[in-house]
Amino acid sequence: MTDPTIEIKVCLGTSGKASGGEDVLRAFKKFIQESGIEARVGSRCSYKTVGCRGFCSKDVLVDVIVNDQKTTYQSVKPIMVEKIVTDHILNGNPVPQWTATEDYDSFHDKQYKIVLGPCGEISPDSLDDYLKINGYKAARKAVTKMLPDDVISVVINSGLRGRGGSGFLTGKKWELCRKQPENPHYIICNVGEVNRALAEGNPHAIIEGLLIGGYAIGAEKGYLYIRERYHISVERLRTAIIQAKEKGFLGTNIFGSDFSFDIEFSFGTEAFICGEETALMESIEGKRAMPRPRPPFPAIKGLWGKPTVINNAETFSNIPMIVGKGAEWFSSIGTEKSKGTKVFTLTGKVKNNGLVEIPMGMSLRDIVYGIGGGIEGGKELKAVQVGGPSGGLIPMSMINMGLDYESLSKVGSIVGSGGMVVFDEEDCIVSVARFFLEFLQRESCGKCTPCRVGTKRMLELLTKITEGKGEETDLARLDRLSAIMSVSSLCGLGRTAPNPFITSFNHFKSEYLAHIRDRKCPAGVCKALITFSIIEELCKGCGLCKRKCPTKAITGEVKKPHILDADSCIKCGACYKACKFKAIKKV
Amino acid sequence: MEQDKILLKILRDHRENNRNLIHLLEKIQDAYGYIPEDTVYWFSGKLDIPASKFYGIITFYPKFRLNPTGKNTITVCCGAACHIKGADKILEKIRETLSLKDEEDTTSNLLFTVQQATCIGACSIAPVVILNDQVHGNTDSDKVVKLLKGFEKEDEFIGYI
Ligand SMILES: Cc1cc2nc3c(=O)[nH]c(=O)nc-3n(C[C@H](O)[C@H](O)[C@H](O)COP(=O)(O)O)c2cc1C
Repeated sequence: MTDPTIEIKVCLGTSGKASGGEDVLRAFKKFIQESGIEARVGSRCSYKTVGCRGFCSKDVLVDVIVNDQKTTYQSVKPIMVEKIVTDHILNGNPVPQWTATEDYDSFHDKQYKIVLGPCGEISPDSLDDYLKINGYKAARKAVTKMLPDDVISVVINSGLRGRGGSGFLTGKKWELCRKQPENPHYIICNVGEVNRALAEGNPHAIIEGLLIGGYAIGAEKGYLYIRERYHISVERLRTAIIQAKEKGFLGTNIFGSDFSFDIEFSFGTEAFICGEETALMESIEGKRAMPRPRPPFPAIKGLWGKPTVINNAETFSNIPMIVGKGAEWFSSIGTEKSKGTKVFTLTGKVKNNGLVEIPMGMSLRDIVYGIGGGIEGGKELKAVQVGGPSGGLIPMSMINMGLDYESLSKVGSIVGSGGMVVFDEEDCIVSVARFFLEFLQRESCGKCTPCRVGTKRMLELLTKITEGKGEETDLARLDRLSAIMSVSSLCGLGRTAPNPFITSFNHFKSEYLAHIRDRKCPAGVCKALITFSIIEELCKGCGLCKRKCPTKAITGEVKKPHILDADSCIKCGACYKACKFKAIKKV
Repeated sequence: MEQDKILLKILRDHRENNRNLIHLLEKIQDAYGYIPEDTVYWFSGKLDIPASKFYGIITFYPKFRLNPTGKNTITVCCGAACHIKGADKILEKIRETLSLKDEEDTTSNLLFTVQQATCIGACSIAPVVILNDQVHGNTDSDKVVKLLKGFEKEDEFIGYI
């Protein structure tokens, strides 16, 4: 077999699949086979399905690599395949109008990819691909040439901190667990929604990280705790485990040593609280996922009451690189106290949605405007919610701040799950805070009173404000509830639940007051506080709004200004969106 | 008879394996599509574990269901990214299209069950709707209604059998 010089890579992560990636791949295979192109250019085509490379808003992304020359096409549909193959592969002229644009380059160029690097390049289902990029070399080195304590020292010296929200020094956690005399020890990998791309794109790195962790803390059993709904992640991790077992990287006497290690899945459910470490252990044990009081910490008494280390999947993905390349290399990236990189999901009203990996300390501006390409539709940025539902809202005025554990905690936010949602001028901050509270209230497990009652009361008060019934005393109440919850809740959910309110109130006090004092929603979102009317001078009487209105609240004759009856208006905004002459007023 | 066989097998597995109640309930749900009330009492008796313990777990985890599931499941992601892109409007539209009232989540002809997910991690293609494991990104109310209509048509033939 001659070495193929033509390679076609198709992104088949969750988003790639959702955008029809499988059809695109099939179209390539079919056309190339039917047209006999391989014979004509004299070389064989190889196909590779890869995981997510982050830039999902332009899926399906396809790389066509001819003699090491890579061209990336974006938003590929099966019907474009014939032209790409004929023009590019046969005649050597890439199709310029479909190749990835500047956005694609600027999206990637400003990132620093350690854990996401192989995602989108290698085939997640191929162990050979992973071995080719030095996969399992770090594990071999750790198990055959290093003592567990040496591994722990490297991880401590690298400065790696938990990527799942805690920000705790990973090596320190391992050290504490290793010291416990009670046996057996367990190690758990917490695979959350932000880790989806890692599991889909490079599952072996997670397995290798877990293996090294198991060796370091003296565990023989590791668990992958993952939500069943991420089907592709589960399948790829499952395949990776099987492949690793076949090669003897998992099982007994790994790399010829006397170290044995196995990995088992434990499937979580939809509940948000299942991500909390002690609730997660309860769930593995088959009980209601309710957090345990700490101390004792899991490193001392964890799963089944035994010493347990639990880390996030991104934390584990960093481990092979750290052990392989050394602590110094890793600690040269990032800030003084926050080392390495962090993956964020950049979403919301930003132009380039996607998954990004940045060096710790990069400014929010560089992320939103540099990588994200700014705000959709040329609108104004209002705030960015960093850290998932219980993160904090960071206003436009603080856009130059760097993202790392310390800076974020200073502004009342967290690194959390690495969620990053961008809001623009059309979003109402009070409604945003209410939305997050609604989520957290629903997800509160109900074990401790501050969280169970506090989230409920906070939600009621915020709802009252968005319904135009707020009073100024409500703000004082919200403030007091926040203070109580953040110190007395049992777990992180209750302690961080007030964050969206606290930070939004700090930075957008006038918007809260506008809702309460003036009964106005400045962003025009809260239904109870807005009214629609037709501006007579601008209305051309085209009748479009009349047709769109679901409640027949608009009447009028053709070519004459229409009238909107406020009593039957349900404020759905359909007319406002439909009008081509800006004749509908929203106040 | 058939039912007893299924239950006995689940019971045997439970005793032989790890005695994990979540796994047991998962197996019941796999077999029936939901957790029928009488199975809870059956296991409660056999294992000498109060039924309240089962219900404690069933009602805690959103994935367990006490009512039959529809033939097709449509899940609307209601995470933050999907929310600000109009997930609630999509959900409302789906429920309206399927004529679901108040607390109902399944159509009376058992064709559809509607569910909400927290975040499924596909935020870059928000808003996201999942129809029987197939993820649909960048959706809106109109697209989703089309999806549903497509399914109803496919199922029209069931009546002739
Ligand atoms: C409500 C709640 C949800 C959480 N969800 C996750 C999650 O989805 N994934 C995760 O890794 N950590 C999550 N955490 C943090 C975990 O409790 C734990 O700190 C983390 O898994 C430890 O790993 P790390 O040290 O590598 O960060 C959550 C915490 C809370 C309070």
